[in-house]
Amino acid sequence: MDFVDYYKILGIEKTAAPKDIRNAYRKLARMYHPDLNPNDKGAISKFQQINEANEVLSDPEKRKKYDEYGKDWQHAEAFEQQKQEREQQQSSNASGANFSDSQNGGDFSDFFESMFGRSAGRGRQTKYRGEDYNAEIHLDLLDAYETHTQTLSINQKNIRITIPAGIENGQTIKITGHGGSGINGGPNGDLFITFLIATHPRFKRLGDNVYTTVELDLYKAVLGGEIAIDTLSGKVKLKIMPETQNGSKVKLRGKGFPVYKSKGQFGDLYVTYSIKIPMNLTEKQKELFTELSKMQS
Amino acid sequence: MSKQKLISANDFCVSHDIEISFISALQESGLVKIEMIEETAFIPVYQLRQLEKIVRLYYDLDINLEGIETINHLLNRVVDMQEEITVLKNRLRLFEADNV
Repeated sequence: MDFVDYYKILGIEKTAAPKDIRNAYRKLARMYHPDLNPNDKGAISKFQQINEANEVLSDPEKRKKYDEYGKDWQHAEAFEQQKQEREQQQSSNASGANFSDSQNGGDFSDFFESMFGRSAGRGRQTKYRGEDYNAEIHLDLLDAYETHTQTLSINQKNIRITIPAGIENGQTIKITGHGGSGINGGPNGDLFITFLIATHPRFKRLGDNVYTTVELDLYKAVLGGEIAIDTLSGKVKLKIMPETQNGSKVKLRGKGFPVYKSKGQFGDLYVTYSIKIPMNLTEKQKELFTELSKMQS
Repeated sequence: MSKQKLISANDFCVSHDIEISFISALQESGLVKIEMIEETAFIPVYQLRQLEKIVRLYYDLDINLEGIETINHLLNRVVDMQEEITVLKNRLRLFEADNV
């Protein structure tokens, strides 16, 4: 655990007056406040540091303790204990900072909690509604193809959620009332879940449409025929027209991705043909290709 | 008929330790919508998040109502742009792989 320089965080001198501390805090809070930086984890983390620095430096008692022990903060409790022993001329049973029984200290650093205790960091409480929580769920493309349920563990509570088929990469859904508990009987916050869908090696998705590339051998491309291809819902047979060109596309209607929250509706699957040129030709094959070539010219 | 959940503006002000005139000022500036029922002001619950954000900006960060209006407008644009970025990123993924 490293020493945290609260003066440096707020960009002020150690001799700063309370007014300077307040101004520095306000200035930085306006830059990094989570309300002003939606979905910016870096800003949230920075704001927590600023908040913690303000919590300590704006409280004369905490500031005094912080200034007194500075980099020797790890020994602060021992010094405090000795001081109390001397003052009270009692044997050593002075209580240290309490950092074992509160569950509300998540916003403060280990340094802060070891120096002031977890329960120390709660200043003005204006919140009525509970905190909103943000979570991420990673899915692969096939998970997102079908409606399914997942169980999430949020603050030691299991929440079972149904993920509708067709959810988009980066889409966020709100689970009302599953955020932090409300204060003074207020409503709970909400849980926001962002879905991150990994790319698939063979299928690319754009909205409800899916794109894939299928290799086609030269002979089938020239003469036509039938092939079986994979789709997200299983194999389908495709008729290949004679003289199919490399890079040509066919659309399979309704074989794409399910439309979000529209049961029975699907996008389309676009198949691009990539014609494979035969390799390691035998002498006989070379002869035949030469013959064909002569016929062409 | 759909039911709308409401919270008394007075209760909100008491629990947040703010003046009721602040809520009136927000209504006048169009930042929140207040429902009047028998001369009592109520806040629709769906606006609670927005209202609490405004309270934090005003009281914790000392931003005045004109500033909050501007911020609100810009934040809406940020959210729209973030959504657009997500759509564009998804579109880009289509072209990033070699085999499509």
